[in-house]
Amino acid sequence: MAAKGAGLAARWMILGEWRAHPMRVVTAGVAIAIGVALGLAVHLVNASALSEFSRAVSTVNGDAELQVRSAAPAGFDEQLYPRLARLPGVSAASPVIELKATTGRADEQITVLGLDVLRAAAVTPSLLGRPVAAEGEGAHGPTNDAPFDEDAIFLSEGALEGRAVGQVIVLTAGGRTARFRIAGVAAGIGEGRKVAVLDIAAAQWRLGEIGRLQRIDLKLAEGADETRMRDVIAAALPADAQLVTRDSEARRSDSLSRAYRVNLDMLALMALLTGGFLVYSAQSLSVARRRPQFALLRVLGVRRKALLAQVLVEGISVGLVGGLAGLTLGFGLASGALRLLGGDLGGGYFGDTRPELVFSPLAGLVFLVLGLLTAIVGSLAPAREAARAQPAVALKNAGDAVDPRVSPPIWPAVVLLVAGGAAALAPAVGGIPLLGYASMALLLAGGVAAMPWIARTLLGPVQHLSLRWAAVDLAFKRLWGAPSQAAVALCGIVASTSLMVAMAVMVSSFRGSVDDWLQQLLPADLYMRVDGAGVGGGFDPKAQAALAATPGVATIVFQKTTSLMLAADQPPLAIVVRPMRGPEAANRPPVIGRELTPPPGQTPVWVSEPAAWLYGWKPGQQIVLPIAGAQPFFVVGVWRDYSRQHGAVTLDAADYTRLTGDQWRTEASVDVAEGRSSNEVMEALRAKLPSDVAPRVTFAEPATLRAFALRIFDRSFAVTYGLEAIAILVGLAGVAATVSAQTLARTKEFGMLRHLGVTQRQIVAMLVTEGALLGAVGVVAGIGLGLVMSQVLIHVVNPQSFHWTMETKLPWALLAGVAVALVASAAGTALLAGRRALSADAVRAVREDW
Amino acid sequence: MARFLALLAAMLVLASPAATQPKSAVRLPVFPAVEPGTALRFPADHGAHPEFRTEWWYVTGWLDAGDGQQIGFQVTFFRSRPSIDQRNPSAFAPKQILFAHAALSDPKLGKLLHDQRAARAGFGLAEAATGDADIVIDDWRFHRTADGRFKAKAGGKAFMLDLGFVPTQPILLQGEGGYSRKGPKPGQASHYYSIPQLKVSGTVTRNGKAVTVKGSAWLDREWSSTLLDPKAVGWDWVGLNLDDGGALMAFQVRDAAGQPLWAGGSLRGPDGTVTRFTPGMVRFGAERIWRSPRTGGRYPVERSLTIALPQGERRWNLKPLFDDQELDSRAAGGPIYWEGAVSTDGGRGYLELTGYVSPMKL
Repeated sequence: MAAKGAGLAARWMILGEWRAHPMRVVTAGVAIAIGVALGLAVHLVNASALSEFSRAVSTVNGDAELQVRSAAPAGFDEQLYPRLARLPGVSAASPVIELKATTGRADEQITVLGLDVLRAAAVTPSLLGRPVAAEGEGAHGPTNDAPFDEDAIFLSEGALEGRAVGQVIVLTAGGRTARFRIAGVAAGIGEGRKVAVLDIAAAQWRLGEIGRLQRIDLKLAEGADETRMRDVIAAALPADAQLVTRDSEARRSDSLSRAYRVNLDMLALMALLTGGFLVYSAQSLSVARRRPQFALLRVLGVRRKALLAQVLVEGISVGLVGGLAGLTLGFGLASGALRLLGGDLGGGYFGDTRPELVFSPLAGLVFLVLGLLTAIVGSLAPAREAARAQPAVALKNAGDAVDPRVSPPIWPAVVLLVAGGAAALAPAVGGIPLLGYASMALLLAGGVAAMPWIARTLLGPVQHLSLRWAAVDLAFKRLWGAPSQAAVALCGIVASTSLMVAMAVMVSSFRGSVDDWLQQLLPADLYMRVDGAGVGGGFDPKAQAALAATPGVATIVFQKTTSLMLAADQPPLAIVVRPMRGPEAANRPPVIGRELTPPPGQTPVWVSEPAAWLYGWKPGQQIVLPIAGAQPFFVVGVWRDYSRQHGAVTLDAADYTRLTGDQWRTEASVDVAEGRSSNEVMEALRAKLPSDVAPRVTFAEPATLRAFALRIFDRSFAVTYGLEAIAILVGLAGVAATVSAQTLARTKEFGMLRHLGVTQRQIVAMLVTEGALLGAVGVVAGIGLGLVMSQVLIHVVNPQSFHWTMETKLPWALLAGVAVALVASAAGTALLAGRRALSADAVRAVREDW
Repeated sequence: MARFLALLAAMLVLASPAATQPKSAVRLPVFPAVEPGTALRFPADHGAHPEFRTEWWYVTGWLDAGDGQQIGFQVTFFRSRPSIDQRNPSAFAPKQILFAHAALSDPKLGKLLHDQRAARAGFGLAEAATGDADIVIDDWRFHRTADGRFKAKAGGKAFMLDLGFVPTQPILLQGEGGYSRKGPKPGQASHYYSIPQLKVSGTVTRNGKAVTVKGSAWLDREWSSTLLDPKAVGWDWVGLNLDDGGALMAFQVRDAAGQPLWAGGSLRGPDGTVTRFTPGMVRFGAERIWRSPRTGGRYPVERSLTIALPQGERRWNLKPLFDDQELDSRAAGGPIYWEGAVSTDGGRGYLELTGYVSPMKL
């Protein structure tokens, strides 16, 4: 009977509490919902994009069992094909030319596959094209006039968009431009993929790949031991070819964007963490306010456990409702983000794909449980406090349970902060800075735990001052006298402010460093580039000489960028070819630290920061790169590079030409002679361009390039900005809810003050001062903690995820804005809540509780 | 006779001249015409004739596994020269395409076991040699050894044939000294010779079990650049090794109405005398129709063959080893046709029926 009565009482109390203070519950619920929604949305988008990306990869690969791929886009010698085809255990081998081609349309890139239809039929039948004329004549058999026609090309549905069978398509790949007739559809290639399939001999001839192959797809004989066959095949390969399996392809596509995805996931979880602090602060306040109610219940025979359970049930309800709302919101956010930003959320990793949203119930469940756990953990401390209170004391004293004269302990906070600092020193786990994130979480927890102590330390000196204004004096005294209430209000502010500041400082440092780097990187007056040049395309020595002799050109430096695959499960490495010695090297990218001189007879190579990190290269080391067979190189220095996350190496142009014989270049930087305008020189250069490359050359001035690069940067950080904005809003909402709840809880106190002769105006002034003071302490602590956390992001998380370093640049304007907004919103909500609390008359207010 | 033409035609012949290239720049192959009076020379003519558009080495026959059970087999290698720009320097340029089919007709199975290979010539993986018969596609090969025997190796997962063929009779030149007309126009012709009554020995491997076999076979060799009349939709062909040592071959090319556009053939008696058939001498009759449940094709699998010989009319009734010897090679880019072991009173051989599901076009 008693238990039943207690259960009923508990229900009333929960509902009554919620009805009396809906904003508090709603804010906590919304915080959880936003955390869950962001986490789920980021996860769903990432999962959808990744599955889309791996589908894209397997589409182009046609699901071959095993694949041999060339390390560089130039391919390997075609004589490898008969050698592999004859290996015992290989049932079929299909040679493939694989090129990236541009079309007449701006920004369109098509993967061109040159296939031997007769071989591909056995290994990768899904890649074969079907002549449209044969449709509907199934019994007749295909009238395959097209497979061997060097003019015919088959387009995937995605590439066919806006084109028709029978039309001519102009493709530029491998430095050559060729015209083809669209003969039909490669229907086996998935939707949205831009692929063109043609005969291998036509591809070799028309696109300048005679004697070379980029790929050999293999099918093993039935019953062949795959592990053994891998070794046999790998042993037969030259240095410029690699054995690739479905697994290693999947790992490669995963490692392409893993760091970026994990970072977004973590940022989303940080939002959930903020939600947890808001639940904590809401519950603490609610418990503090109801201490006499709980005491009464205890006196009436309700057990401690029942009280504990009640507060937990409140937390769980908030978590559950918030979590469920978060799931719906997250799904909506994810589909919106996919539509607006694409599968990589603007990160630029997956190209132009628009993946379908893949909903996984498991992920939804995981985030719901995370939301619930956050709410439970947030309610745990207040619940224990409620259960522990001595009924007799609590019944009498509705004020702060903590004695203001005793200084709060600092050691738990110190332990957490020290642990956080230690975690920041740990290395990455599997290429992911997990301990870096753990460090941030520990620092955050430590900072919040330190709040009561910090608040007292900061307010200590002021409380002894005797101020002339009664209202301000009262405000100071009250904050000093109710430390735990102040701390509770502060922890929400500090958690959201510090996360926000950490992210803002990191992004601004990153952007600033990129901007500096771009300025160093783009010292010339004019830049030109051949689009879609691929291998062996662009400017030949004759064209280079002609361009150099153009009037108005002071100096012109030619450059080339190509790529190299060093490991089957790593994204390719970029190779930058440019003069690194002599007068033309004046504008080369600056080296970090000291540059070594290579021992005589050794070829020097400069590696980018990400390449040094990824492959463990150090200056002074000898490395082997599969350039023109396999060549040893001497690492002389490391340079900063933000544009190629998967690494780049720079070779001197003379060394590259000596090794490969390739004299073609695809880019040039031009210094304009004094007294000439860039435009004038640009027109003069354009007139000198060889006619075949002229339509594909783009000119740009450094300012344009810089603006373009920063635009890409901002786009890829759009989601980060979005998360930042949401964190700020959640933080402000938390501050508002906390302050207004605390104010409304003090009706009795206000009534008492009115009886003592304090005017309404004075009380409002007191509240505004209190709010502003609270906000100011929160801002100081939050920004301080945020700066510490930003250093973890800058020096631990970023180098470990993206392998680049940056210098700290503080976003002063943003920090000032955040500080003002926080103080203003705390003071403003206190003002609003105060007016409401004061609207009741003084007599009733004093009687309100008892 | 003109077997598999559909396949060849379909895959290659229509290859249109490179439309996006300047017409003058494209160098298309020049296919030599089949001229009457060209003397065939051996062993050179056993080898490939890469200038011509199409060519085949076609072996059909009956095997005895020693248990009295008769099975039929066919092993066929084709060469084709696509109409592509001859300037392409690529080693992959499809200047010659090779195909091969093999099938086994076992009445206990009631349907064909078959397999195929196809590849463009090159890299030593697929080659058709000139000078003597030697044609290779991956692990399949048909060649003539120094002692004059032919050998064939073909098969796959379902079965494997490893057979040797010893000629017991001289080469039989079809038509006028190897010039065999296929249509009303003199240009519609092929170079054509046969070697009937080949003695077969070797092994047939099925389910991992190799069985030694003996039997008799028929080799057909043809090469041409222009074969069929545009009105032709299909053809019937039969080659029989007669028990008395004789050899009978007859064919007809049909139009859309099923009427013969052209016909021909020959009968070599046991004494070696050869009678060549003019179109008017050959009459194919349909005795029983079998309808394919898979494709709906209606094949006259039981036939009468009436030849108006100078010494009087002779009739052979052809009965299939079993009905379902239809081969659907659409998956490999080929046609649907019926190619089966048939027997008659005093003889055994192979019957081919094409163009019964849909017209064969050239």
